[in-house]
Amino acid sequence: MERQNEVLDNVIIKFAGDSGDGMQLTGTQFTNTAALFGNDLSTFPDFPAEIRAPQGTLAGVSGYQLHFGSVEIFTPGDSCDVLVVMNAAALKANLRNLRKGGIIIANTDGFDPKNLRLAGIPEGQNALEDGSLENYRVIKMDVTKMTRAALAESGMGTKEIDRAKNMFVLGFLYWMYNRPMEHTEKFLNEKFGKKPEILKANLDVLRAGYNFAETREEFTTRYKIGPAKMQPGTYRNIMGNQATAMGLIAASRKSGLQLFCGTYPITPASDILHELSRHKNFGVKTFQAEDEIAAICSTIGASFGGSLGVTTSSGPGIALKTEAMGLALMLELPLVIVNVQRGGPSTGLPTKTEQSDLLQAVYGRNGESPIPVIAAATPSDCFHMAYEACRIALTSMTPVILLTDGYIANGAEPWQFPNSSDLAEIKVNFAKASGDGTKFLPYKRDELLSRPWAIPGTKDLEHRIGGLEKQHETGNISYDPANHEFMVRMREAKVDKIADYIPDIVPEVGTNKGKMLVLGWGSTFGAIKSSVLKARAQGYDVSHAHLRYIKPFPKNLGELLYNFEHVLIPELNCGQLIKVIRDKYLIPAKGLNKVQGLPFSAEEIFSKIEETLK
Amino acid sequence: MENPNIPVEKFTAKDLTTDQEVRWCPGCGDYSILKQAQTVIPDLGIARENIVIISGIGCSSRFPYYMETYGMHSIHGRATAIASGLKASRPDLSIWIVTGDGDGLSIGGNHTIHLLRRNFDVNVLLFNNEIYGLTKGQYSPTSEEGKVTKSTPMGSVDHPFNPIALCMGADATFVARSMDRDPKHLQSILKRANEHRGASFVEIYQNCNVFNDGAFEVFTEKSSKKNETLFMESGKPLIFGENSDKGIKLDGFTPVVVNLGEGVSANDCWIHDERDRVKAGILSRFFDNPKNPNHLPRPFGVFYVEDRGCYEEKLQQQLTEAKSKKGDGDLDALLRGRETWTIN
Ligand code: SF4
Repeated sequence: MERQNEVLDNVIIKFAGDSGDGMQLTGTQFTNTAALFGNDLSTFPDFPAEIRAPQGTLAGVSGYQLHFGSVEIFTPGDSCDVLVVMNAAALKANLRNLRKGGIIIANTDGFDPKNLRLAGIPEGQNALEDGSLENYRVIKMDVTKMTRAALAESGMGTKEIDRAKNMFVLGFLYWMYNRPMEHTEKFLNEKFGKKPEILKANLDVLRAGYNFAETREEFTTRYKIGPAKMQPGTYRNIMGNQATAMGLIAASRKSGLQLFCGTYPITPASDILHELSRHKNFGVKTFQAEDEIAAICSTIGASFGGSLGVTTSSGPGIALKTEAMGLALMLELPLVIVNVQRGGPSTGLPTKTEQSDLLQAVYGRNGESPIPVIAAATPSDCFHMAYEACRIALTSMTPVILLTDGYIANGAEPWQFPNSSDLAEIKVNFAKASGDGTKFLPYKRDELLSRPWAIPGTKDLEHRIGGLEKQHETGNISYDPANHEFMVRMREAKVDKIADYIPDIVPEVGTNKGKMLVLGWGSTFGAIKSSVLKARAQGYDVSHAHLRYIKPFPKNLGELLYNFEHVLIPELNCGQLIKVIRDKYLIPAKGLNKVQGLPFSAEEIFSKIEETLK
Repeated sequence: MENPNIPVEKFTAKDLTTDQEVRWCPGCGDYSILKQAQTVIPDLGIARENIVIISGIGCSSRFPYYMETYGMHSIHGRATAIASGLKASRPDLSIWIVTGDGDGLSIGGNHTIHLLRRNFDVNVLLFNNEIYGLTKGQYSPTSEEGKVTKSTPMGSVDHPFNPIALCMGADATFVARSMDRDPKHLQSILKRANEHRGASFVEIYQNCNVFNDGAFEVFTEKSSKKNETLFMESGKPLIFGENSDKGIKLDGFTPVVVNLGEGVSANDCWIHDERDRVKAGILSRFFDNPKNPNHLPRPFGVFYVEDRGCYEEKLQQQLTEAKSKKGDGDLDALLRGRETWTIN
C-alpha cells in the first residue's frame, strides 16, 4: 500500500477521556516512548477535581497534553494539533484548544445517545455526524467494539476488557507517529507480569490498534518527528514532584544527614511524599502527621535532633504551618518548606495551577520574620532548587521556602541528570564541646551570621531554645528592647547574606541591556522563553531573565533591571513579584497577569511584548 | 548514641539546675514537680546529654529552662508534635514532654491523642491546674461546669474533659495520675513512666495558687485526702478511707463503695490489675464532683499499662528491611532512573 511519510518538527497531542479511560497512562506511555526516541518534550496533565466525577460528564474529563518535537520544546504548547477523545464530553471540553485543520481521533462508542446526554449536548446533535467539525480532520473508530473483538477469545468479562481500550488508541498513535512499541511492551510486562491474562490482553489490544491502522487503507499518512538536537549527554524523563523528592534525597546524601519529611496529604503536593516514602533504603524517614501543623512541628523536632527536615504542602496547608515557620526561624534551625502552589484562596482550585502564594511566602507571618524564598522554573529544575533549598537551610541555619506549582509538579520533561559527584558540596559540622570549660553559646554567629547546630546527645552542649526573643549569643530569654531590635535586624541580615553565595541572575535569552526585559519566576519559564524567542526572531529587542532566588534577590538584579527601558513581569496572579520588585528597585515595571488556574500560552506573552514595543 | 558498654556518667539533682531564675509564682505547684523530676532523673541511668525536654506554652511550659538538659520551649500546643518528630528521627533520646491542660488538651489536643495512639516511647507530663494561668485566669478544658472566671463571669457552660478517660480512648499504653503535693508518689510515678516502653501519659494535679487556688485541695489536704483519694497498686485491693476502712467492689460493671469489717474483708475487694483495659476504663470514670453525695474517690497511680510496639521502632525496622532488600541507596542509580537515552 502506498503510504506517505510527512516530516514535522513538532506536534502537540491532547489525550482526553473519562477519568476511568486511562488517558494519563496513555499519555505517559507515549511521552516515555517519545523521550527514549530522543525528542524534546513537555507535558501537562489536567485532572478533574473530583476523584470519581460522574462518568461521561464534563466534570469527569481527564486530559494529558504532550508537546514533542525535533526542535527545542519549552511548554506543553498552546493549541493542539491532535485531539484524541474517548467520549463526547472530552470533545466538548477540549475542542476550543484544537487548532483549525487539526486532527480529531474519536471513539464513536463514546458518542452514543447516553454519552451525548451526559455531556449536556442538546438532543439530536452529534458533532461526529452533523458536519460541525468540517474544519478538522476527523478519524472515527469504534474503539470499544474493536477492543472487545480483539479479546473475544480471552474469556475475560466485558468490564475488564473495556479497561484495555486505551491500549488500542495508543497502538494506533504509535503507528501514526512511526513509534516502536517496545517501551510500552516492557512497561506492561513489568506492570502485569504477575497477571498473565491481563498482560496478554493489554499487549493484544495494543497490537490490534497498531495493526488496525496498518491495514486500513484510509490512513494514508504517517508522521515523522526526528530526534531533537539537544545538548549531547544522557537524559531521562522526569516529573516535577519526583524531581523535588530526588533533590531532597540528593541533599541528604551529600550532607550525610538523615532526611526526615513530616507532611500531610494535600493536592498537588502528595506525590513528593509518595516518592520519598519509596526510598527508605536511602535512610529517608517519612511521617504522615495528623495535620499540617503536626507535619511542620514534627519536622522541627527532627531538625533539632540533627536531621535534614522537610515538610511539603500547598497553599492552604502552608497557611496552617505559618506559626511554626515563625518558630523555626526564631530557633534558627534548618528546615525546608515546599509549597506546590495551586489555585486559591481557601481551598480554591486544588488541581489547577497558580503563582499566588508568593507574597504569603515572603511576608505572610507575624512579626519581622524573614525566611528565604526560592522557586523552581521547570519540572527538572525542581531537582536543583530542592537541592538549593537544603543547601541554604543547612548553610545559614534557617527555614527556606521552595515554591513550585501544580503545573511543573505534574508536568514532565527530558532531563540531563547530573552525576552525584557534580553536585555542590553541602558541609555540615555539628557543634562539639570546646573542652576548655567555656560556656556553650548557642546563638554565637559565624561569618555568614549562622549559629552552631548542637544536637541532643552531644556531651556538655546541653542548652534550651524556644520561640521567645533571646539574648544575643547566649540564647537566654530576653525582653531587653534594644536586644530585640538587634536580634530582629540580625535575623534579617543573616537572610540578606545568603545573596553572597547564590548565583547572579543571567538572562536566559537575549542580552544584559536593551529595550525590554521580561522577568519571570516559577513555572512561567517555558511560555516566556518561547515568546521572547519568537519576538526576537521578529526583530524585537527583548530579553528574558528568570528569578529562582526571590528572597534574597541575586545581588546583580537591580543593575540588570536598570539596564532596560521596559520591564514586563508576567505572573499567574494579580501581580505579586511585581510588588516586591517595585518596592525594592522603584522601577515602573508592568505586569501581565492571568488568574484562571491555567498556565500562560506563549502567544499571550508574545502579544503583550508586541503591543508594548510596536 | 549511648554505648551500653560504657557506664553513664553520674550526675546529681544539682547538675540539673540551670543558671536561670525560676519565675513561677511563689507557692505554685510547679516548683514541687520540678523538684521531683530533678530528684528522680539522675537515678534513671540516662546520660544527661541524651535527655530532651520539650514544652509548649503556658506556665508549666517554662519547665525546660530550669533543667540543665537539652530543651525546647516551643509554641502553644505543639510540644507533642515536635517530640513525635524528634523521637521518630532520634529513637536514642529520652524525651519528656511538659504540657498543661490548655496546651495539651485544648489547642494541642489533637497532637496529644495522635502521639498516644502511635505510641512513641516518650513521657508526657500534663500539669493540670484546671485554669489558664499564663493568660491570667480564663477557664480551661478541664475546669468544672459553672466555673466563674474572667471569661465566664456567669459560670462556664463547657463540659470538662476527663483527661484519663480521653487517653484511654486514644489507646494510650501507660496512663497514670499523680499530684504536686505528694512528692513520694509523684517520684514513683515518674520512674514508672520512664520505665515504660511506649507513650507514658501522666496527669499531675497542680495547684495554681494565684488563679485557681485549692482546686484539688480535697485530694491533697490531710483532713480529706484519705477519704477522697484511692491510691491504686497493681495486685492489691482497692482500699481507701481514713483508717483504710473502705473498699471498692464491682457489682457487675458498677463500682460500689463497701465498708470493710462488717463481713467484707480487703480480699473481697476489687484487686487492681493495671493490665485490664476494661477495668481501667471503669476506674478512669471515677470522676465525680467530690461535692456530690455518694461520689467515688478519685484514683491516683497507674490506671493502665500495655506492651505495644513503638512507632519509632517500627519505622526504623522498615528502613532496615528496605536496606537489606534493596541495598543501601545508590544516589547515582536514583538519578539515572529506569530508562535513559543518550544524545551524541
Ligand atoms: S499563674 Fe498559677 S500556674 Fe502559673 S506560675 Fe502562677 S501559680 Fe503557677
